[in-house]
Amino acid sequence: MDGHYVVTREDWSLHRKGEIDRQRHQEKIKEALKKNLPDLVSEESIITSDGQKVIKVPIRTLDEYHFYYDQGKKTHAGQGDGKSKVGDVLAHEPNAGSGQGKGAGEEPGLDYYEAEITVDELAEMVFEDLGLPNLKPKKKAELTSEAVEFKDIRKKGISSNIDRKRTVLEAIKRRALSGQDGLTKITPDDLRFKTWEVTYKQESNAVVLAMMDTSGSMGAYEKYIARSFFFWMVRFLRTRYQNVQIVFLAHHVTAKETSEEEFFTKGAGGGTRCSSVYKLALEIIKNRFNPQDYNLYAFHFSDGENLFTDNELCLELIKELLKQCNLVGYGEIKSPFYGYGDSTLRLTFKKLTDPRFIAVIIKDKSYVYPALKKFFAQTQGQ
Amino acid sequence: MDTREELRLLSEAIEKIIAKARELGLDLYDMYFEICPADIIYTFGAYGMPTRFSHWTFGKAYHKMKTFYDYNLSKIYELVINSNPCYAFLLEGNSLIQNKLVTAHVLGHSDFFKNNLYFKRTAKNMVESMASAAQRFRGYEQKYGRNKVEAFLDAVISTQEHVDSYSWMRTQEPEEGKRTGKKSSWTKKNCLINGEEQKETPYDDLWKLDNLQENQAEEKQKEKDKKFPPKPQKDLLLFIMEHARDLEDWQRDIISVVRQEMLYFWPQMETKIMNEGWATYWHLRIMREIELVEDEAIEFAKMHAGVIQPSCFHLNPYYLGLKIFEDIEKRWNQPTVEEKKKYKRLEGEGRKKIFEVRELENDTSFLRNYLTKELVEELDLYLYKKEKDKWKIVEKDWAKVRDEIVAGMTNCGYPYIVVEDGDFNKRGELYLRHCYEGINLDIYYLEKTLPCVYQLWGRTVHLETVLDERKILFTFNGERIIKRFI
Repeated sequence: MDGHYVVTREDWSLHRKGEIDRQRHQEKIKEALKKNLPDLVSEESIITSDGQKVIKVPIRTLDEYHFYYDQGKKTHAGQGDGKSKVGDVLAHEPNAGSGQGKGAGEEPGLDYYEAEITVDELAEMVFEDLGLPNLKPKKKAELTSEAVEFKDIRKKGISSNIDRKRTVLEAIKRRALSGQDGLTKITPDDLRFKTWEVTYKQESNAVVLAMMDTSGSMGAYEKYIARSFFFWMVRFLRTRYQNVQIVFLAHHVTAKETSEEEFFTKGAGGGTRCSSVYKLALEIIKNRFNPQDYNLYAFHFSDGENLFTDNELCLELIKELLKQCNLVGYGEIKSPFYGYGDSTLRLTFKKLTDPRFIAVIIKDKSYVYPALKKFFAQTQGQ
Repeated sequence: MDTREELRLLSEAIEKIIAKARELGLDLYDMYFEICPADIIYTFGAYGMPTRFSHWTFGKAYHKMKTFYDYNLSKIYELVINSNPCYAFLLEGNSLIQNKLVTAHVLGHSDFFKNNLYFKRTAKNMVESMASAAQRFRGYEQKYGRNKVEAFLDAVISTQEHVDSYSWMRTQEPEEGKRTGKKSSWTKKNCLINGEEQKETPYDDLWKLDNLQENQAEEKQKEKDKKFPPKPQKDLLLFIMEHARDLEDWQRDIISVVRQEMLYFWPQMETKIMNEGWATYWHLRIMREIELVEDEAIEFAKMHAGVIQPSCFHLNPYYLGLKIFEDIEKRWNQPTVEEKKKYKRLEGEGRKKIFEVRELENDTSFLRNYLTKELVEELDLYLYKKEKDKWKIVEKDWAKVRDEIVAGMTNCGYPYIVVEDGDFNKRGELYLRHCYEGINLDIYYLEKTLPCVYQLWGRTVHLETVLDERKILFTFNGERIIKRFI
């Protein structure tokens, strides 16, 4: 009796299980990304990207754990075209850290999950709870944000903005006035339109002074750290505030104002005199940004290897800066291999007690995110 | 063409194909064909079953498969389920000729499910029982919270392949733990009495020696009797389900369900090459025998070529299985003079032989018995390995290639782990042992999986394995992993 058959075609449109579990997986990816932010923030492929790029992030926390054999030590079987011989190379293992994704599960080994995320999505997560601290209203308002609000009703307007409910009410009212009830016809006089207004939200204006040590002692690693910090800082300020001005100042023994591009790409050499950049900053504030009108933020990144005799002067200048600025941040980049303990400059800065002075030490890439969070901690009332 | 007309044409084709399959000797379940859209087919593919419980790992698999489909990288034409009646899901949008091939292929699977020995014990109503389990799981989520149920499922799934598909085959001995010692102690007592009674024989001292030894043996036996489990137990999930102390009923239910489902899927995992080879063998034979117009013949040839395309990194089960079945058929159709003499093999018994093979073997025995030197060489099979940063071919000797492939399929490719002691250190700790056969475990994954076992067992867990030729014990005590050589 076997061999009977049925062919059917049901309606599957309500079967959503795969989709629901897929969404749950996506949620877990997002959670995992958030946990990985300290590592992601200083990922080279992001810092050097143009911002449009989709980056691939391996997420090991979403691995499915099982007892497995060590795939690297195991032999696997494959099939050749008839001419294979011992010693033939089938594939190269991508170099560690090159960020090269594996091709479509073709190669052996365990594939761990790689999430795809755009820099913008990542930025959103990074910036989630950042803000400009100690922001105060200033006289000269430049920082604005525009908003459109529908808040008025008029008798004339664009037909796409007809307020149906109010129009019908008007028609009923009109008939009620003449002692009738119900609704028959809408006359042009009944028409009501929704109308918008553009509102300007005045915000305080802000200037950020980005200062970076480009002396010879700042190696590729130190520069990279400073750069990734400023990369996120600039990005953050540009996405959150419409009219933040950023001034880029690079220094070694002497300081000068540079363009954004130069700031991120050019290196210099020579010794270090941090006071030079602080002087320049103070000068720029004096000439261009009156603290009466602007919220000022100064951030300086250095390896701390300052000329010893310059330290006291630096301290004085920082105090001067604190009088003008809402916040002064100092980031000291330590090589992960040597250079433990504080630099003499930092030790000098320890004398500062003003809470608006924030110093951080960055020992490796993963410290960049906490530094961002520390500098841009949202203060109350924002 | 409207869909009703399409369905009618498909029904006609299926009717013919079934008739042809039965004529050729296939023994089928009743068939239930269902046409579904791509995302449904891929959902089923990811879950292994339309009605299975919900978990993010399935969502992940679904996403991956669906992405591959969307980018046109791979395509599932069908999905077939081991049940009675046998369900086959066909991809909406398959052309008629594609569906013909798929139908012929599916009938091969249906015959295999029905007749292969290893499927004899699989539940044939799994569609329904998985559905009811999924419903219970949803209930648990509502009652105990989604995160709690999910976290527990995560842990169970991470150990799901450690079940014992062959427990029914093991010899039925009385359970040693329950042995009261009536019989043995009785005889031994007698023996002792005898030993005392029979004085004055020249062999007294020898008897005594015997008793001494027996006493020692008895002591040892007692030690052994206390062991729990009395013999190493492969079914880790069953052991945990029965003996973990702090599990709640719903948790034991989840373990039980995951275990049952794994036992259901296990035969499919261990007959992948045979099952696909068999289905490919039959779609080829059936399609050759039914009438095709020219366009159809070309489309069919293209599709078949896609199915059996070999890869330099994997064995294609469709291709390998097909080649072995064809080779067996050829060798039993035309045995050599030696084979005729030595094994009394008759001519023309090829078909009969392959039907016998599909009934009795699984992948390991199939390859061990029928992957010949000639086949390994013809298919150009090899072994490759990672050397520094390169994946290199390291072996082409046919016997070594065959043995290594077979070894790699043992226990479906998973490390063989047994419960050695469920009361280790007399503190109710769980002691697992990896039966080392020359390949190290992945330490990263081991250290991540052991905490999952801990989560189920509720107390300290140990895993003994071998690393760099030395025995090593990994312990997770709820806080951290400790490892030491033993």
